[in-house]
Amino acid sequence: MEQQEQDGRALLGKLRASGAAKAPATLLPAVMMEIGRGDAYTRLTSPIGPVFVAYNAAGVSAVMRLDDAREFEEAFRERFGRGVYPASEPPEFITRAWSTQFHNHTRASLDFDLRDLSEFEQAVLLKALTIPYGEIRSYAWIAREIGRPKAVRAVGSALGHNPVPLLIPCHRVVRSNGNLGQYSMGGSEAKRAILAAEGVNLAELDSLVRSGVRYVGSATTHIYCYPTCSHARRITERHRVPFSSEHAAEHAGYRPCKRCRPLASAV
Amino acid sequence: MKLLTGGIALTQEAELAERLANDLDRHFEQLVLAYQDRIYAFALRLTNNPQDAEEVAQDTFVRAYRALLTCTREQIRTLALRPWLYQIALNNFKNRVRRKRHPSISFDQAGPTNALEPLEDEQQSPEMLVEARETGEMLGQLVAALPQRYRAAVILRHIEGLGYAELAAILHQPVGTIKANVHRGTALLRKAISQQIYEKEVV
Repeated sequence: MEQQEQDGRALLGKLRASGAAKAPATLLPAVMMEIGRGDAYTRLTSPIGPVFVAYNAAGVSAVMRLDDAREFEEAFRERFGRGVYPASEPPEFITRAWSTQFHNHTRASLDFDLRDLSEFEQAVLLKALTIPYGEIRSYAWIAREIGRPKAVRAVGSALGHNPVPLLIPCHRVVRSNGNLGQYSMGGSEAKRAILAAEGVNLAELDSLVRSGVRYVGSATTHIYCYPTCSHARRITERHRVPFSSEHAAEHAGYRPCKRCRPLASAV
Repeated sequence: MKLLTGGIALTQEAELAERLANDLDRHFEQLVLAYQDRIYAFALRLTNNPQDAEEVAQDTFVRAYRALLTCTREQIRTLALRPWLYQIALNNFKNRVRRKRHPSISFDQAGPTNALEPLEDEQQSPEMLVEARETGEMLGQLVAALPQRYRAAVILRHIEGLGYAELAAILHQPVGTIKANVHRGTALLRKAISQQIYEKEVV
């Protein structure tokens, strides 16, 4: 009888001990991602070094340049109010888009999670997304293109809050006078580095800025462009006509390029 | 302050419910962190399979979140989180069994598994570890092979260490029925163990 009681107690002890299991580390991220309250992230190499790329079911949600994973996780939580968890490996839709952007030099077709942004901010970013690889437009250009010509400053701050820099190329938007302006992910130095990696001739651009040139026209077609427009780059040296403003170009009888759409016609 | 098995005290549970009521999205992660070990362990004892257990646990928290979305603040504030989560986990498990038409494993069919790890914080010799793992594995298989009406009751009472009032809330049964089921389940286990030990010695 006593033996039986002892066995009984031993069994209960063993049962109790058998409940000491630890949930696998994959459980929390899986739950949070499933309910849309957490993103996954991976680290990828970019022209300005490694960056953290976060994503969820809606698409890519963040690109950040920080030193270590912990810092990134904190910054992400601070900004988006939800957690972010390391992915075991980057999903194919991201690696494919990444290599399209940085190796094939064309726009990757990629979804973005911009739900925390205002309609205006979304419009600004989606417009920036249309600027071709290696080309540059101005803040005023975006403002005009989205039908808010006076909101130039607001465009600047919307681009400054771009949650997915590099993938939405806010680095291709500069001041109207050609100065590169600010960049959220490492200042103007980083902006220069990214544009240089896209094949933008920065030395030439700098000299245009210094001499006050904003547009380049073709003496044969009488069309004027942004200097980085692929049409402008086709103009031969002896037919290149520099303009300091859209008014000067129109005054000389030039019309704006239909591809890069300089500001003029709206003014 | 009475500590619960999950390492979260009752007062903390009430605080967590309060926070969830005020801002579900911001605090839901804390709920998962507070209860994931307990719910996973419960699912592991029910299924005796780590992969199934993870799926059951994952489903439990996803369903809990969706349910909380439809609750009023007052309902969340007064919710007893722990028995509620066990209840969802148990329902998930039952649904899975029904869906899969999982044949319940008989005592001698259960294969070896690493599902059960001995307690980490105890200093044990390698021999003790091996033995503990063997008895742990065997115990895990035997628990998971208990008839369903006893299994949940035995796990909740003797492994998760819940009180009968909580068991009654989770299982929707009168305390008397539950006590009887826990008792019968434990007796079955004891019998099965002595049989296994006997077979081991004979072989």
